[in-house]
Amino acid sequence: MIIHHPILGPRDAQEFVYLGDAGLINRPDGMTAGIEAFHDYAYNRDNPAGEHRELWYHEQGDRSWLVVTRNTVTHEIKKVELARDVARAQGRSK
Amino acid sequence: MVDLRAMTALGAHEPAVLTVGPLTITERFDIALASLAVRRGQDLTGAARAAGVPLPGPAQYQARAPYSAFWVTPEMWLVEAPFASHEEIAVHLKAAFGDAASVTEQTDAWVIFDLTAPDLALVLERLCNVDFRAAPEGYATRTVIDHLGCYLVKHGAGMARVYGPRSSAQSLLHAVEVAAASAL
Repeated sequence: MIIHHPILGPRDAQEFVYLGDAGLINRPDGMTAGIEAFHDYAYNRDNPAGEHRELWYHEQGDRSWLVVTRNTVTHEIKKVELARDVARAQGRSK
Repeated sequence: MVDLRAMTALGAHEPAVLTVGPLTITERFDIALASLAVRRGQDLTGAARAAGVPLPGPAQYQARAPYSAFWVTPEMWLVEAPFASHEEIAVHLKAAFGDAASVTEQTDAWVIFDLTAPDLALVLERLCNVDFRAAPEGYATRTVIDHLGCYLVKHGAGMARVYGPRSSAQSLLHAVEVAAASAL
């Protein structure tokens, strides 16, 4: 599998480490959001057959976190973004 | 009086120079290293120009005197300079960039090998997944050599510099020697 890194171009998937659902970016505030929201964040994941947004870490490359939109059925990769840009677009990470 | 003598990453007092067929492996003991990272919202362009520190784009190495640098990740570079004149490279860089950048001494974290051979691609294609032949001169990337995370900089078709973890210097050297013996 080849992941098209937004900065470095096509890179072999073996250079990356998979973390999981990109929803991990949206960590609720543990002090105010309540136990249910935090429990949901920590333990509950959807397991879609189809399009899935997931976090990949380019460990053997530039060590950036990426948000990869991938079809879990066909393995087609539709979109690759820097997680930093995604988080900032959501107003996180200042 | 304690008599201290510096040791190379391979535990010797002099840097190693080895040849395997047409390949020459030269341990570089004379290079000082530091990482340079832009702090949030800062711009290093002016200070870098004033200090003579190149800040090359993604996957690139740029040589200048006394500082050379290669890109490691967005807004971060590994800067090198001659050890003799810049042993305290982190202090020099901190003075140049102040609070605009975070600087970390890296000299003793890495072992540096210069590899030279008429056709180095034959060795490197056995060691890592970098397409050395297709890569332009000055190409810099992180890669894996024998399970070790390394940086590889292409200085020409027959010349590359490898930065590997210093504590695994002997293992990295062994991997290069074995690959060279089977390739050349």
